[in-house]
Amino acid sequence: MSERLVIRGGRVIDPARRLDEIADVLVEDGQIVEVARGVAGDGAREIDARGLVVAPGFVDVHTHLRDPGLEYKEDIASGTRAAARGGFTTVCAMPNTQPAMDNRATVEYVLRKAAGEAIVRVLPIGAVSKDRAGRALAELGDLAETGCIGFSDDGAPVGDATLMRRALEYASAFGLPVIDHCEEPSLSHDAVMHEGWVATRLGLRGAPAAAESSMVERDVALAAATGGHVHIAHVSTRAAVDAVRRAKARGVQVTAEVTPHHLTLTDETVAFGARGGDALLYDTDAKVNPPLRPQDDVDACIDGLADGTIDCVATDHAPHALIEKLCEFDEAAFGISGLETAFGLCMRLVHAGRLDLATLVERMTIGPVRALGLDRAVPGIGTLATGAPADVVLVDPDAQWLVEPERFASKGKNTPLAGVTLRGAVIATIAAGRLVFESEAELV
Amino acid sequence: MTTIRTPEPRPAEPAAPAIAPSPDETAWRRRHLLDLDDFGAEEIELLMTTTDAMKEVLAREVPRVPALRGSTIITLFYENSTRTRSSFELAGKVLGADVINVAASSSSVTKGESLVDTVKTLQAIGADVIIMRHGRSGAPYLAARHAVCSIVNAGDGLHAHPTQALLDLYTMRARLGDVRGRKVVIVGDVLHSRVARSDMWLLTSLGAEVVVCAPPTLIPQGLAGAGEGQLPPVRVETDLDVAVRDADVVMALRMQNERMTGGFVPGVREYSRLYQVNAGRLARAKPAAFVMHPGPMNEGIEISHEVAHGLQSQVEEQVANGVAVRMAVLWLITRVGGRSRT
Repeated sequence: MSERLVIRGGRVIDPARRLDEIADVLVEDGQIVEVARGVAGDGAREIDARGLVVAPGFVDVHTHLRDPGLEYKEDIASGTRAAARGGFTTVCAMPNTQPAMDNRATVEYVLRKAAGEAIVRVLPIGAVSKDRAGRALAELGDLAETGCIGFSDDGAPVGDATLMRRALEYASAFGLPVIDHCEEPSLSHDAVMHEGWVATRLGLRGAPAAAESSMVERDVALAAATGGHVHIAHVSTRAAVDAVRRAKARGVQVTAEVTPHHLTLTDETVAFGARGGDALLYDTDAKVNPPLRPQDDVDACIDGLADGTIDCVATDHAPHALIEKLCEFDEAAFGISGLETAFGLCMRLVHAGRLDLATLVERMTIGPVRALGLDRAVPGIGTLATGAPADVVLVDPDAQWLVEPERFASKGKNTPLAGVTLRGAVIATIAAGRLVFESEAELV
Repeated sequence: MTTIRTPEPRPAEPAAPAIAPSPDETAWRRRHLLDLDDFGAEEIELLMTTTDAMKEVLAREVPRVPALRGSTIITLFYENSTRTRSSFELAGKVLGADVINVAASSSSVTKGESLVDTVKTLQAIGADVIIMRHGRSGAPYLAARHAVCSIVNAGDGLHAHPTQALLDLYTMRARLGDVRGRKVVIVGDVLHSRVARSDMWLLTSLGAEVVVCAPPTLIPQGLAGAGEGQLPPVRVETDLDVAVRDADVVMALRMQNERMTGGFVPGVREYSRLYQVNAGRLARAKPAAFVMHPGPMNEGIEISHEVAHGLQSQVEEQVANGVAVRMAVLWLITRVGGRSRT
């Protein structure tokens, strides 16, 4: 922890302070000491970052660590190693574990295990309802005291509107958001992908975009009525982006996230794979909830992220065991193992000219911090300000690399990107002053 | 008293196969038959002429040829089926193959063994061809990715039923000659019909004018207005009286009871009033028009009794042609695939 590090000569992008310049970063005792040109090293370990971008460590507000109970899919050790490889120094753990993180004891277990085994920061998200069953509120006060930074029944929506209303009201006492997986079940039941020509082609049952947007509209109305803070998880449709944009314009306390895959892949990936082609694949690794959408929705998500309607990128990292994907499409589990490909995938937007690099860094650092108010729990998080936690990522925006799931640190090898070359690589990750990941490739 | 006739002495087995070879069998390169969405006109033509040859075999006094002797065909049916399974079984037997029927009573999940494991097991016991019916769309694609043997799709979920479409085409051609420019109306529950999907691909690829007719709740999303190559270029018409006008072929689809109760339509009474293929409606079609149905029929619901069994019905011909078409498929596929050849 007390290691002194100086990261020399990189292009430092710290969006919280609108900083974008060549500088050195001095780190000591797990904190940022100084960001300036020509800082004195004084025997500190030197990291040459020339040609690289140096940024605050990425923050993921939507990670499924699967621990406790589903450790065959992922655990805190493997999940945080995957995070480090992806450049993330903070992950917010979703509560759909077994048992669910709906009580103090389970959250304490997660925090205790993280203290021993995690290599990046783990911030827990508590369940909204007991057993995530959508009927009665969990003890949100207990969960808040234990360190939960928000509440969510993710994996499932808070389907009952009155429960959602009560959750927003009650959570506002602790100043914490309710994070909702918006999906109207009576519109999406049995659906395994987006409803449209691809689903028709494949003979698969689809969910309409309205299954998402109708619940986003409901949540916005309830947030407006209660004054509570709703955070919309994994926005994926144009109508949902529009609903969030209108709500923000009205001053409703609503924030939103979007996943790297909803920013870059369409529902055609299910049929033809991420590398394209003519043959039908029924790619179960592209089965995710919300489903991959058509290009028009993808465009709306990109525009929403660029203009700030969507506050942040979140991975919805959802690791699964091989056998849960090596089966009929209808039977396959929903989810993509996303931590290790997030940055490279999002860089497609930068290389395509749809988003500038500083904005992408913002949406992966201070963006998520501000959206969920994480700096109340961890002051300085998401920035390179003096005294902030020494969470730093070094990336090469142009380095190309081949996605090889078998090399993932995550137990979940489920990605539709296997065999795809991404341009934009994480070179090193420093969490709380410790070098927790260093690319096998030589640093430039 | 029946007379037992002595079969005419057959000529000694010629060097040439017992099936008249089609001129360009080399055009066939498929090891699996999964769907028809990527079939070219030449391949379809080859299938049709091979089916002609198979019809000739079936018309023989002893309809047996040793073309697939020594081959093992396994039918793996995860869904019940009488006509399709027995049609495939007979097709294999006529060609001299050993046919084993495996009924997988439930989905792989409840059964405990994965589909991939099941396919590998059947392959290990010697299957050259696995004929598969499965309730989940895409299941044969999963099997084909992990199989050394050939996979024939005998119906997967809502996705495809290629041999049914091929026999439908064969039946149409027997009456119409070429289907190019002919108007084929497919009426009924298109949303849940794998037969309709395969028929649409096959018929439109040959230049038929395909009109799909159903209440909007039973029309698949994106079918009207899909981009080129995405879905078959069909026309959607919700009024059956309009749709059947000047039709050459009217194909009724089975309307399952669960759709009636599932909220897709108000009920049997209104559905049959608006969408039943009956004599009155058929009168709006061309005088020589005929009626088809993939079976099993709900007479009195999607098709009236008199039309189902009337002079314009080709339903029995469809079933009869099924065996020959499946023989053609098995013959062509085993000439490319089969474990011994790969």
